[in-house]
Amino acid sequence: MAVLNEEQSMLRDAAKSWVQEKSPVTAFRKMRDSGVELGYDAAAWNEQAEMGWAGVIIPEDFGGSNFGYLSMGLILEEMGRTLTASPLLASGLAAASALILGGDDAQKGEYLPKIADGSLVATLAVDEGAHHAPEKVALEAKKSGAGYALNGKKTFVLEGPAAGLLVVSARTSGKPGDKDGISLFLVPADAKGVTKQNLKQADSRGVSNITFDNVEVAAGALLGAEGKGWDVLEATLDRARAGVSAEMLGAAVQAFETTLDYLKVRVQFGQVIGSFQALQHRAAKMFTDLELARSAVEAALAAIDAGSPDVPELVSLAKAKMGDVFHLVSNEMVQMHGGIGMTDAHDAGFYMKRARAAEAAYGSQSYHRDRYAKIQGY
Amino acid sequence: MADFGGGDLDAFRTEVRGWVEANFPAGLKGKPNPMMREERSNPSPDQEAWRKAVGSKGWGTPTWPAEYGGGGLSAAEGRVIMQEFQRAGAYNPIGGMGVMMFGPTLLEYGTDAQKKEHIPPICRGDLQWCQGFSEPGAGSDLASLQCKAEDKGDQFIINGQKIWTSGAQYADWCFCLVRTDTSKKHEGISFVLFTMHQPGVEVRPIPLIAGNSPFCETFFTDAVADKKNLVGPLNGGWTIAKRLLQHERSGLSGAGGGGYAGGRGLPKLAKDYVGVDEQGRLADSDLRTRIILNEIDGRAFQQTAVRAMMEAKGNSGPSAATSIMKNAGTRWMQDKAELTLEIMGHQGLGWEGDAFTGEELGAVRSWLGGKATTIYGGSQEVQNNIISKRILGLPDLTQNN
Repeated sequence: MAVLNEEQSMLRDAAKSWVQEKSPVTAFRKMRDSGVELGYDAAAWNEQAEMGWAGVIIPEDFGGSNFGYLSMGLILEEMGRTLTASPLLASGLAAASALILGGDDAQKGEYLPKIADGSLVATLAVDEGAHHAPEKVALEAKKSGAGYALNGKKTFVLEGPAAGLLVVSARTSGKPGDKDGISLFLVPADAKGVTKQNLKQADSRGVSNITFDNVEVAAGALLGAEGKGWDVLEATLDRARAGVSAEMLGAAVQAFETTLDYLKVRVQFGQVIGSFQALQHRAAKMFTDLELARSAVEAALAAIDAGSPDVPELVSLAKAKMGDVFHLVSNEMVQMHGGIGMTDAHDAGFYMKRARAAEAAYGSQSYHRDRYAKIQGY
Repeated sequence: MADFGGGDLDAFRTEVRGWVEANFPAGLKGKPNPMMREERSNPSPDQEAWRKAVGSKGWGTPTWPAEYGGGGLSAAEGRVIMQEFQRAGAYNPIGGMGVMMFGPTLLEYGTDAQKKEHIPPICRGDLQWCQGFSEPGAGSDLASLQCKAEDKGDQFIINGQKIWTSGAQYADWCFCLVRTDTSKKHEGISFVLFTMHQPGVEVRPIPLIAGNSPFCETFFTDAVADKKNLVGPLNGGWTIAKRLLQHERSGLSGAGGGGYAGGRGLPKLAKDYVGVDEQGRLADSDLRTRIILNEIDGRAFQQTAVRAMMEAKGNSGPSAATSIMKNAGTRWMQDKAELTLEIMGHQGLGWEGDAFTGEELGAVRSWLGGKATTIYGGSQEVQNNIISKRILGLPDLTQNN
């Protein structure tokens, strides 16, 4: 655990106690069983927003508290422990980052206060296929009158079902794969021509495919300069990646601790199975990997707050390492629980399903390993 | 003892800088530390002069108490001394197992008389120590050791064998675990000190897979230890041994083989040996992925070292992260050594001769020598037992922790 200042300690403690009291894994199970299309519990989201969590990275002038990304990471880590489904990551972190990094005062003034108070859920609409590939933008934005017309589709948009505002990457010139020619647009989800297809994904969270059929937006919807959206997009995605890594850290630590508890109570051959060295050493390896992953995740969040030029490589390092470790721990959770871990009544499956969805979000391990090496020049 | 930090450090730095300028022999600038080499048993006049100068100031062991020959300085002042040595291209001539392991342990557990006798020669670098712990039948299960000490009035008479005694061929004294009660395991072990310069001690160096080594077999036949050199209570040596092993492990996590990419790092080394594709990526994509994994593990290990240090400073007590350092560090370094060889291909298999560069030959020896790092100082399996029991609270069936 990073060394925290007083503000951060209080925030972490508040998050911990709210999550444990109000949002245990049973709450996630209840949400899942209810089949609610949003993919989260709206009442719980209201409580999170009332505590100010949606405004943690938003400047005070726009209704936030400006506590920074490490602080946001602490909340996401606590929520990750119990698999709390929430638009906090997609809206309060990812979309808010796009506005903070690329928005003008009018755009910030219109949207950030609503994101900060939770009344608006915003999200990034970036990918267009099954894999994260932010430069492969084909969705087209053409000048139309005083504004633009958007045509194309976006896939696997996190919190798509709830989203009222979409931060859309579109191509104003060049071809898919070019970093030049990408522009970002702020598109209300109820704009004419926007159609959501809400998906049922294994982790039960809200995800949508969204089509844009001649969607007309005003010139004021352009976020940043036309054709020069890549830098803002990349910096925004790095913040989202660090945030989802923090959530994964919390979930992986909890998956490990739940498994460890089971090793201490399950008796076979007349002794607790945690006395068997074959399991002890696998547990020790998981603990070792979790400590390494924690260092990487905390370093990435701290680098964002410090404005370090190393953010891209530290974020890819963290997402790649955290993805591998959550993958391992969630598999071991099922294996070490044996038959009970295979049942829907047990939580193990929830952690494994969430692990895979979080691994794929904003770039898988292989995406980030490749990116890490490219940044290092090999 | 001086305070941490503060403006006084600047004055102290000026003092150290002046002293180093006046005392460090110019001919030694940038030269390696003979402590790590065979020439330490046959030092040059410059080397000898530098050792005596630093030893008499106590600055080779800056934070140890001045009354026993240490510097009596704060940790911050100790860092200033090492920084100034580095700045001048000077090595710290005071080192070895006496400094790294035995001294700190004796300062904690020894009597005043024992400290007065044994600590000052360590601070002066006059005497070298070796560690008599492992035996042929007592490796990971160290507490099963058999080397026996019999009570003969004012002396113990010692019979038995030790192995992996690093530097025994150059050592003047031995700190040794001996069995003083055969009816108990951990509670039958005592911690004694004796001179290596006596008839009952025989040392045989062991050639290893990497070639010559500092490791020895050491045989005791009626060797003698004076009773006054029993550290701690009779049969109370195990507690002291565990403490000493903590000092050993804290120094070993990143040590040993594997760090041999000629300072270039694996990506650069691989570019040189394997080449790149038209996009500038390493031409061998399978190798590239494994290099990336190793680089990421190394970076995360270093980040964890920084985090553990910050957490320890942040008054949250010793960090749980420290328990993983030996296994995480050695795993990374051994993988790195394997990858180095693979990158070099057949050139990375040279044993000796002009057909191979010094870097290539070094890589082979380093790869082989580095295999020791997951065996000594508590094997990786013992480290996993320790994590299981002490950190994770799982039951202990091995009883060796």
